[in-house]
Amino acid sequence: MGISIELEVNGASVSEEVEPRLLLAHLLREELGLTGTKIGCDTSQCGSCTILLDGQAVKSCTVLAVQADGSEITTIEGLANGEYHPMQQAFWDNHGLQCGFCTPGMIISCVDLLSTNPQPSEDEIRHGLEGNLCRCTGYHNIVRAVQTAAETMNG
Amino acid sequence: MFPSKFDYHRPSSVQEAVQILSDNPDAKVLAGGHSLIPVMKLRLATPSALIDIGRIDALKGISRANGSLRIGACVTYNEIANSGVVQDAAPLLAEAAGQIGDRQVRYRGTIGGNLSHADPASDLPAAALALGATLHVSGPNGSRSVSASEFFVDLMMTSLQADEILTEVEISAASAGTGSAYVKFEHPASGYALCGAAAVVTRGAGGSCTGASLCFNGVSATAVSANGVAASLVGSDLSDGAIESAVSNLSIPDAAGDMFASAGYRQELAKAIGAQALRTARDRA
Ligand SMILES: Cc1cc2nc3c(=O)[nH]c(=O)nc-3n(C[C@H](O)[C@H](O)[C@H](O)COP(=O)(O)OP(=O)(O)OC[C@H]3O[C@@H](n4cnc5c(N)ncnc54)[C@H](O)[C@@H]3O)c2cc1C
Ligand code: FES
Ligand code: FES
Repeated sequence: MGISIELEVNGASVSEEVEPRLLLAHLLREELGLTGTKIGCDTSQCGSCTILLDGQAVKSCTVLAVQADGSEITTIEGLANGEYHPMQQAFWDNHGLQCGFCTPGMIISCVDLLSTNPQPSEDEIRHGLEGNLCRCTGYHNIVRAVQTAAETMNG
Repeated sequence: MFPSKFDYHRPSSVQEAVQILSDNPDAKVLAGGHSLIPVMKLRLATPSALIDIGRIDALKGISRANGSLRIGACVTYNEIANSGVVQDAAPLLAEAAGQIGDRQVRYRGTIGGNLSHADPASDLPAAALALGATLHVSGPNGSRSVSASEFFVDLMMTSLQADEILTEVEISAASAGTGSAYVKFEHPASGYALCGAAAVVTRGAGGSCTGASLCFNGVSATAVSANGVAASLVGSDLSDGAIESAVSNLSIPDAAGDMFASAGYRQELAKAIGAQALRTARDRA
């Protein structure tokens, strides 16, 4: 049984006929070709599949595509606007990534964090990123990247 | 990984949802999906249909009237933790909701899903018990109310019937002189509670304790009330010593161990964080 859904992905309207069991992560990666969003654990733990759903960071491996019907979605591909988003630039400048696998989800979570708390303390940054695991960096440079981005974004 | 096939329904009213649920005995209600979708992906649950209640407006409100706070079943943890109304009327619930999982989980998970799922390590059951919450439920024969103390029956089992939906959680707004605290000792990897303690204390005009409750998640199959501890605190001055001696007799009859922590360890943890929750609640009263 196919269900028609309509959403806005990175500013573009999308209409798809989907099976109810299709996960949002698979819609983005396989149907829409947006492979920036990663699937790491596939068990709701690691956060590498994090995207913005109506402006809120969610794990797209734990949301059905049909649940996102009518929503606005931003993936890592949609952050840059001609030039890098300040968070992307800050990750680059602070060496906030090594293998890069966690990075798309991590950056999306960091953007979400600053949208609710524009000047987080180091502690708030570390707690705010509880839902994103990184096996490479040890997190220090990620925290620095968020601090740098907060400074840039607060002008 | 993806779930096995199912039909998807998205009713716009509680009546419609209840109707679909009673017509499809093998169907499940889908709220935030943050317990149900993971178990469906693992094929530990294979419902023939999902009834997505996430768009029913009647389940999404937070309101306060006549001294009672009402929270719709589909209100998310993020909304509860950040609601000024909840922070004022039931700060314990806001504090517990803010400690669940991570940011992403808090945007999706709902109070109704948390209570209905009744995972022994969930954070909201003990808070609901300690606050004496009333749960409103709708089924094919109309609505009924259940107290939190009658709602949690056994491991992941509630008094909800298969064709019933939890619609609303009602809590009496905190009165003057009342303080509360939720203290959670997390498993370092999963973030779930090895033990979570929810405490509420009320102090009378002279400062002595006129009411107390202390409830735990994570120690046994369901959230439990430490009635003995609460009873022995009433009338005391709530000093550290009084709290220490009340908690020293704590014994949770059906404490259960698992691969992470033995029953005995959880009992000791309950004493330690129970006392911590009571001290913090006292300081806030
Ligand atoms: C990474 C991760 C970390 C987590 N950490 C924690 C934590 O620290 N503490 C914690 O408490 N929880 C934690 N959880 C679980 C989370 O809180 C879930 O959201 C919650 O257990 C279920 O709520 P839900 O709204 O997502 O419900 P769903 O997953 O949609 O449903 C869960 C069950 O309840 C039933 N149900 C849902 N709503 C209703 C209703 N209104 N009436 C009747 N039945 C209903 C469903 O049919 C299903 O059986 C975590 C989850 C994840 C993925
Ligand atoms: S892939 Fe979604 S949380 Fe790990
Ligand atoms: S950079 Fe490799 S997992 Fe984070």
